[in-house]
Order: sequence, then structure tokens, then C-alpha cells
Amino acid sequence: MSNASLRVVWIYPDLLSTYGDQGNVLVVERRARQRGLEVQRTDVRSDQPVPTSGDIYLIGGGEDRPQRLAAERLLRDGGLTRAVNNGAIVFSVCAGYQILGHQFVNDLEQVSPGLGLLDVHSTRGESDRCVGDVLGDIDEQLRLPQLTGFENHQGVTHLGPTARPLARVRLGQGNGTGDGTEGAWNGTVFGTYMHGPVLARNPHIADLLIKLALDVNALPPVDDRWYEALRQERIMAATQPA
Amino acid sequence: MAGNTEPLSPRARLAVTAGRAAAAVSRAAGRGSGSVIGGRVALRLDPDLLARLAQHLDVVLVSATNGKTTTTRLIAEALRAGGEVVSNALGANMPAGITSALAGGSEARFGVIEVDEKYLATVARDVTPKAIALLNLSRDQLDRAGETRMLAERWREGLTGQKAVIIANADDPLVVWAASSSPQVVWVAAGQEWRDDAWSCPACGGVLQWPGEEWMCGECGFRRPTPSWALSGEYVLDPHGSAWPIRLQLPGRANRANAATSTAVAAAFGVPPQVALERMYGVTAVAGRYDVVRHQGRELRLLLAKNPAGWLETFSLIDAPPAPVILSVNARGADGTDTSWLWDVDYSRLAGHPIRVIGDRKLDLAVRLEVAGVDFQVCADANEAVASCPPGRIESISNYTAFQDLRRVVGN
Ligand SMILES: [Zn+2]
Repeated sequence: MSNASLRVVWIYPDLLSTYGDQGNVLVVERRARQRGLEVQRTDVRSDQPVPTSGDIYLIGGGEDRPQRLAAERLLRDGGLTRAVNNGAIVFSVCAGYQILGHQFVNDLEQVSPGLGLLDVHSTRGESDRCVGDVLGDIDEQLRLPQLTGFENHQGVTHLGPTARPLARVRLGQGNGTGDGTEGAWNGTVFGTYMHGPVLARNPHIADLLIKLALDVNALPPVDDRWYEALRQERIMAATQPA
Repeated sequence: MAGNTEPLSPRARLAVTAGRAAAAVSRAAGRGSGSVIGGRVALRLDPDLLARLAQHLDVVLVSATNGKTTTTRLIAEALRAGGEVVSNALGANMPAGITSALAGGSEARFGVIEVDEKYLATVARDVTPKAIALLNLSRDQLDRAGETRMLAERWREGLTGQKAVIIANADDPLVVWAASSSPQVVWVAAGQEWRDDAWSCPACGGVLQWPGEEWMCGECGFRRPTPSWALSGEYVLDPHGSAWPIRLQLPGRANRANAATSTAVAAAFGVPPQVALERMYGVTAVAGRYDVVRHQGRELRLLLAKNPAGWLETFSLIDAPPAPVILSVNARGADGTDTSWLWDVDYSRLAGHPIRVIGDRKLDLAVRLEVAGVDFQVCADANEAVASCPPGRIESISNYTAFQDLRRVVGN
């Protein structure tokens, strides 16, 4: 594996980088390097073409107007869709998650088309923003330990038949539909409302993305001491609120 | 001296008295300085009190994400050259705290008022300021404060048609967007190291280009205005091109920027740069920030950083390695309960420093530092962290409530 390289693409940090979204990029980068991989990271601004040759694409959250602009520019560009058709992996958060679906409600209270890479569509929530710690069980097909995260969003995302929920929440709102689902995934495309950033709280998801990119079943272990300590603390804090 | 030429109405006087009484009760009950609760009681009795108290003052408002408390202090020092000043020096920066501070300064000529970003428009409407200083806007406690660009939009709406002269940072596109709806703006090139909230044009959403310092939008032509004042290294350049040396006891580029803006504000009130800057030298610490305290035989410098832009500026002023650095982070109410901002701070800049990590959220910080690839040691508390450092100078950087905790531990 030592000569292998991993191309990590961060989509539109100028528009979609609100809640420490760079953290997800940094965690993937770090954990890939710790496995001896050479990492090429590309930050793509929204006036640049999206490269189609990436292995892992990360998309973060953003305010309502930047979300609309990002969706328009990604649709016009077409690069991300081509990359996914070629088997690329996408991990998206909040506004980025909504953009990957069929449609979402934009800052002008209109419906904006998304990329349709996930079988979901998003609406605006009627109730208060969902803010706080989240705990959930990740889809058993993915065989990962429980999800811990932090959410702060008002959107509601409905899953269509070909999207699977990324997790079932035990605490928190997740997709906001009231059915306990959180996030969505289908093959190599993932979406979540967890920021946190979520991969720092759930390094196993970062490893899953790397494994999918390399098409391997396992990775050499790394020192997860601090990640584990943080996970335990946040799970405790969520289940036993002060 | 302007003073109070007209007496306050009986209702306003009653409100001030009631406010003072409430503040005294609050102090006696050990609930802090009492200034906020006093102001709240007074405002409830007389909602126009703030306007009335400010009526006889030449007021300058100071708002920003970072540096507003320090800048308020620097401006207050400078304006004292021209007369008595009343100021909310302790940083109680919402309407109640401001009311309370003004109620204590009936003889003053100048009011130098720090205003929370969210209240700028309201307070500006109430107190009819002569000047408004806008320093910077960046992401800060997102779960509480809302969104940065929306804040700039609210400033812009609130400042439209403002009669005050706006003294604003030309190097922060969000500030420029907010200020440029005002008829009278004095632009100061005060710099802004943090750019990650200013890639998207606030006017049209296009991508901003930064070929050098001269940022511009490629799509709509929104661009950096030509500044009349500038921070240039250790100097303030005035509109006539004269360079005035900045001598501060406060450290760092950000404080020199605060001094540059304060000099421009002082000039708007008739205080010449040289006089203003000389007076600013007298400021050594602001509400405990930058204080150096002896603790366990070490000299601990107390630095406060509340958001990514603040941490970035703080990294640039600390002593070089091998100076040890204690980092302390909490996520209590006043800090914002969301720690995701840690990932917007480039902690790899601390490589080479011995790093100690404390605070309620030390594990969040530990993971952040592990991913940044720097060495660190997690400690149980401040005393253990200090004891683990060799004698000499220690830099401590904390966010808001962590800073207060640390001050208590070291007796500051
Ligand atoms: Zn523009």
C-alpha cells in the first residue's frame, strides 16, 4: 500500500465551509497518511472546474444563499456527477448533503434542483433548529460502531426508496422527519446532518471512505486513543446530560 | 465640557436611581458587578433611557467580532485628551450593560461604547453616535450568533443613512459591505489575517480574488476601497501621508490594527495622532487579557481567543519555541456549545512548542492536535499544566469561560 496515493477533493470551501468542515478533510488526510498513503489534496473553489479524477470528495455545510450558488455551479460544472459515475466516493454534510439530493428549498423560498446523486429531497423544517449532541446506530450493513455527532440545522430530508439511512438516532433529530433516520447513503455516496466535524468523532467512517477508495477490506491500525477518549466522553455527555 | 446641560426628566432620574439600586443589590448578593442587571431594571422603567443618557455625549460605537473591548479602551484613553470619558470598559456590551455604564458618567463629554455585533443597529439608532468604528467580522460561536454574512447584511441595513462617520476596515470585505451603505466612511487599512469568511462576494456571491492586499470581486466589481488611514508595520499612516510610530504595551499585529483604527477615530474627535498614540501606550491589560501573572514560579501570560480569527492573531504574537503553550477550551453557554470551530484553527502553527491541554473540552482539542500532527500533553487542570512546564514564560491561550477559570486559578 505504501506507493498508493489518494486524491482527496474538497468541494467549494469558499461557499460550503461553515462548521469546521475542513476537519473532515484533515481527518481523512491524516488517517490516510498514517497508513503510508500519499495524499494529494485539492481544494476546489466555486469558480474552478471540479476535477473528475478524485478518489474521495468532501462537501461541507453552508448558509442558504451559498448553498443555492454551490448547487447551481456544481450542476453547471458536471464534474462531480461524472466522478461519481466513475465510482468516486462522496461524503457530504448538511447543506452539501441536501445538494446531493434531488431538490432542496433555497434562500429565496424556491425549490432548487440538486445533483440527484442521492435519492433524497429536502424541505425546510417547521419547528426550531435542531441543535445538540446526537447519538445513533449506524446502518448495520456498514458494520461500524455507534455514531456520535453534533447537529445544527433546520432542514428536513426525506429518503426515497434507493437511499438507506446512514444511522438511526437514539438522541437528536438527524433527518428531522421524526422517523429517527439520520443521513443517507447509497453505494459510494454519503450524506449526514452531523458536523462536529463528524469524522473526528467517528474516525471509522473516515477509514470506511479510505477503504472504499482503495477497494480493500481492512487498513493497518492507527493510534485511536484520543479519538476513543473523545467518543466515550461525548457519548456519556449525550446520555447523561448535566 | 458638554456635561449635562439639561437635567434628566423625573422618569429618567427614577430609572437611573432604580437601576443603581438594583445593581447595588446584585453586587451585595455576590452576583457580579451588577451593571447588567441595573441597566435592565432601568431600561424597563424608561425604555428611552439609553437615548436620553447619550443625548449630551459625543458618542463613538465600536463593534467587531474581535478586538472591540481593546479598541474601546484605546479610544477611551485617546479621547481623554479632550475631556472626560464614560465607557463600558468591562465589556458589558448589550443595551442593558451600556445603559448602566452611561448612567455612571453624567459629567462626561465623550461616550466610548463597545456594542455587541447583534445590537449595533439598535444601539446606533438610540444613541445618535458621532462615529462608529467597525473592525472585522468573522465566524464566531455559530450556534448562538447565527451566520456571519447575515450579520454583515444586518449591519448594512442598520447603517443605511446613518449620520455618524463610519470608520471601517477596508481589508475586511464583510465590513466594507456593511459600511458602504453609509454616506460618510473613513476607510482604514487595518489588515485582517483571517480570510476564510471572505471568499464569497457579499454583494453578489461571486468568488473574491486576492491577488495581493487589493481584494476584488471578478463578477460585480465590488472591491477594496482606497483607504485614507493605514497600519503599516509599526506605524499608522494618516491621510496626509505622515507615519506615526505605534508604541503599545499590548502585543501583536491585531492590537496595532486596533491602535490604527483608534487613531483614526480620535482624529475624527479632534485628537491628533501623536497625542492619541501616546495615551494608548498607557494601556497594559484589558479585563485581564495580556496580563502576565506569576504562578508557581512561572510567568504566565493570559491570552484570550474566542474564535478562529482570534486564535490566528494570537498565534502570531506568542513567544517563539521553546516557550510552552497552555491551551484551554470550554464549551459552556458563553463560549457556544459547539466546538467545531477548533477545526478552523490551524494548530499546526504551534509545532515546536511544548503544548499542554486543559479545559472542559480538552479531548476535542486533543483530537484536533493529533490530527494536526503536533505533540501535546493532556493535563487534569491548570496547576498540573503549569507545574509540568519549566520555570520561565508560559503562554496561555483560552476561550471565554476557560479564560475566566484560569484567571481564578492564578489569582488574577
Ligand atoms: Zn460580487
